[in-house]
Amino acid sequence: MLQLLTKRFSHTVIVLIIVAIIAFAMMRFIPGDPVLIMLGGEYSPEVYAKLKHDLGFDRSVVLQFFIWGKNILKGDLGYSYISHEEVSKILKDTIPVTIQLSLCSLIIAILIGIPAGILSALGRNSWMDYLGMSFAIFGQSLPSFWLGILLIWIFGVKLLLFPTMGYVPILTDFWKGLYHMVLPSFTLGSFYAGMIARITRSSLIDVLDQDYIKLARAKGVVYRVVVYKHAMRNVLIPITTITGLQLGMLLAGAVMTETVFQLPGMGRLVATSILNREYQVVQACVLVIAVMFIGVNLTVDLLYNFLNPRMRNK
Amino acid sequence: MENGVRETLPNETAIPGPLKRYDRGSEFRRIWKRFKRNRGAFVGLAILVIFFLLAIFANVFAPYDPKEQNALSALQPPSKEHLLGTDNFGRDVFSRLIYGSRASLSVGFGAVLFSMIVGVTLGLIAGYYGGMIETIIMRIVDGLLSFPALILAIALMAILGLGLQNIMIAVAVGFIGHFARVTRGDVLNIKEETYIEAARLMGVSNTRIILSHVLPNILSPIIVQAVLRVSAAILTESSLSFLGLGLPPPTPTWGFMIAEGRGFIVMAPWISTFPGLELFLVVFGLNLFGDGLRDALDPRSAIS
Repeated sequence: MLQLLTKRFSHTVIVLIIVAIIAFAMMRFIPGDPVLIMLGGEYSPEVYAKLKHDLGFDRSVVLQFFIWGKNILKGDLGYSYISHEEVSKILKDTIPVTIQLSLCSLIIAILIGIPAGILSALGRNSWMDYLGMSFAIFGQSLPSFWLGILLIWIFGVKLLLFPTMGYVPILTDFWKGLYHMVLPSFTLGSFYAGMIARITRSSLIDVLDQDYIKLARAKGVVYRVVVYKHAMRNVLIPITTITGLQLGMLLAGAVMTETVFQLPGMGRLVATSILNREYQVVQACVLVIAVMFIGVNLTVDLLYNFLNPRMRNK
Repeated sequence: MENGVRETLPNETAIPGPLKRYDRGSEFRRIWKRFKRNRGAFVGLAILVIFFLLAIFANVFAPYDPKEQNALSALQPPSKEHLLGTDNFGRDVFSRLIYGSRASLSVGFGAVLFSMIVGVTLGLIAGYYGGMIETIIMRIVDGLLSFPALILAIALMAILGLGLQNIMIAVAVGFIGHFARVTRGDVLNIKEETYIEAARLMGVSNTRIILSHVLPNILSPIIVQAVLRVSAAILTESSLSFLGLGLPPPTPTWGFMIAEGRGFIVMAPWISTFPGLELFLVVFGLNLFGDGLRDALDPRSAIS
């Protein structure tokens, strides 16, 4: 286990360095004077000179990378010249929004996906299966931003059931926060629900064909117990891994969902910063998202090894 | 010249050509038979064919010029003159939809083709040669895969600027890693097979082995991946267009049409609703088709 941990961590560090190089290179490839682009529209010559010096643009590219890297390790992700704030401060405000949205979407997806998958697998090739799987492909094919607009129109404007925008942190006001999350989480979670339903169905069908399930049935164990105690326990492993590994897609999907519902999260920050040509903010967001993504993957990977006894004993 | 070449290689004619052709035909027919059994896949294929025809013959099917503005006929609901209504500039939504399919389909297929060529090449090299080359390539791939495709595409659009070719590249980069990873894994599996070793012992060059022995044997999972990625690429393209990072207006794209109609969703819901429906249909068709293709090409992975 310790060997595995060291291996995974060293691999992660290498990937992090490569990710940093990619994020750094992106900024360098933007045509034009990067300092001018970072400053946006209005700036004074002193600010220009200071930023140019701070970023070390008079020095070699390699040295620039190390200066940039050192700043990031110190927690200095740059300065937004449009909102006149430290980028790290902006991120501190926006990341919780994105995390809240992602978690709510994940919960909704699990609550819909797993039961749908189980019902489809148990009623294999019946109308229930077709219905469940049709919904799954439906969910996976709906463009999230369009679904969001439709939900706003139907449930927000026509039926006046849910708020169409605004963000309330769940930690300060649980019910109100949840209420505001309903439409966005459905929007973001629909794709996931479809995916989870399909994985659940195929893994459960796989497991139900195994000999130990047949043996349990032959022994006379009640079908319900076989499914929920014997089979589901094994199905949860692939669900956890695949769902976890796809979590990064939630972060990407958050860009669209937050834009549609005007949630002040990191996704919308990326979208608006691109349009405002605030590339330093974009770079910081891209980096943070990649790091979160890597962190989630590492956690899922280790969790998988922990959950699966076969892997644990190796 | 051609005749001359043929005459100097009499051995070529000794290879039982017809038999070889028959074999391929039967393999194809087997796949086709399996594919046909899957009704969903067939529906998916039909949807795709229809959209391809619409995109290619857009000028024939579209009743109006998609860019022509007419203030007098703005925000009209669907009617006989305007099948799907008009937008806030008085442009015909139906015509814009048809022309919009060009952007989506060309970016979808173009980006996947591009990422497939680059990714598969990288995967083949990494898997076949191994060692230091493999380590370098796969670590870069790990780095690329650490960025969600949409985030990478958004950032790349900032660098590249608007334009059809740039969107294709921006969308493609996010997929290269997937192709490289899948290809490498399959190459590693196949590398140890006897026929590869035999070819190597016979002195066949590495390039030749890769192209005519390794690649054909790992092609079907790659093709399935590619089809399923096209739907992701189309969704990414429309997301970019929705955010204003797609083709510059007034060129119609589904994503931007949805974004434009957003402000009129209460007054004129048809502006946003129809392009979204269209987008959904294409992605739906591609997903059905891709699933069917997977089951047909690789019966072991067939779910039902």
